[in-house]
Amino acid sequence: MPVALEIVSPEKLLLSRPVDMVVIPASEGDMGVLEGHTPMIVMLRGGPIDIYTGEQISERLFVAGGFAEITQERCTVLANEAIPVAQLSRAEGQRRLAEAEAAYAAADTSDPTIEDTLLDRIQSARAMTEVAEG
Amino acid sequence: MPSLKALRTRINSVKSTQKITSAMKMVAASKLRRAQAQAEASRPYAERMERMLGALAASVAGSPAAPKLLVGTGREQIHLLIAVTADRGLAGAFNASIGRATRTLTRRLEAEGKTVKLLAVGRKGRDFLNRELSSRMIGDVSYAGKRRIAFTDAEDLALRVTAMIEAGEVDVVTLVYNQFRSVMSQIVTEQQLVPAPIPEGAGAADALDGATYDFEPDEETILSRLLPQNLAIQLYRALLESSAGFFASQMTAMDSATRNAGDMIKRLTLNYNRARQANITRELIEIISGAEAL
Repeated sequence: MPVALEIVSPEKLLLSRPVDMVVIPASEGDMGVLEGHTPMIVMLRGGPIDIYTGEQISERLFVAGGFAEITQERCTVLANEAIPVAQLSRAEGQRRLAEAEAAYAAADTSDPTIEDTLLDRIQSARAMTEVAEG
Repeated sequence: MPSLKALRTRINSVKSTQKITSAMKMVAASKLRRAQAQAEASRPYAERMERMLGALAASVAGSPAAPKLLVGTGREQIHLLIAVTADRGLAGAFNASIGRATRTLTRRLEAEGKTVKLLAVGRKGRDFLNRELSSRMIGDVSYAGKRRIAFTDAEDLALRVTAMIEAGEVDVVTLVYNQFRSVMSQIVTEQQLVPAPIPEGAGAADALDGATYDFEPDEETILSRLLPQNLAIQLYRALLESSAGFFASQMTAMDSATRNAGDMIKRLTLNYNRARQANITRELIEIISGAEAL
């Protein structure tokens, strides 16, 4: 009983195939999606997407945040970028973290929307470093 | 009658022009293929974004907390026009038609008593608008020298627009760009970005047999993130369409330039041969009459 998983970035359709189960990093905790899930629209934080074949993780991708639309038969992930975990590098994660922290320090944090965006960026960079380390 | 030498020089110069135009045509054709592929690759994201936005907008519509990007600032006084042109010319009426459309729209809005601000994307548009409507210009963006337009470019532009909306500097945002219909036709399109037009039918409910989505976190938080993203993807799509349209237009322009050069070469060669034969005939007559005189 597969879920039709689609991962799309603005630049291309990254992945589109039926999978047994997928775990996505929703903003309020990881979420496993099986067939027949209740329809949802969720925001994603930076973190890994785990694609399961049977009981095993067959593929891991890192997303830096985005949105997901879940219906009974499909799961569509809109991500700005999705990188296979094997291609992640810790150095890149740290570089982004440094950049994000610098942006946070420089920005005017009195505006809650800007603050949220920047905090999300820091979180996403941290997650990237962690995932890269395994 | 120009001399033989002058004709020869002209033929050669037209020939080298033809070489250039036909090379440009080939280059434009191959860039067009790439630009078209890139535009197509961005479509799935835009479609799914639209579907999500439809579902969200349907559930937030009418609430007073609805974000400004969706419902606007509640006024219609200050219009921001974003004119998307190319950085280079030699593409027929591609840039000029955007300039003209922007000018017409500006005049119309101003006749209605609105204030117009202009943002030019692309060097050609900037030059034109600076000449014609310089007092309304508030900035320009250029992607000259980039091999391809990246999504982050569109994101930066979207951030700028969002900031203006949030600060109440503009009320309505309209995009003027060349829509890529086919290689032969690019259509000047005016697309309203803010307030965001709600996708027709907001069809999510049908797809779910009447069931509605759950949202996590709440609708407003998602929407406040989704809308800037949607703005960026709309801009990205327009930029890509415009770039595909530019190459198509350039290809068509260069194709007809090559053909015109061919016609000209034919005509000049004919003239050249005529002049050459006239010269030979004249020389023969001179020799014969010289011989007869003896």
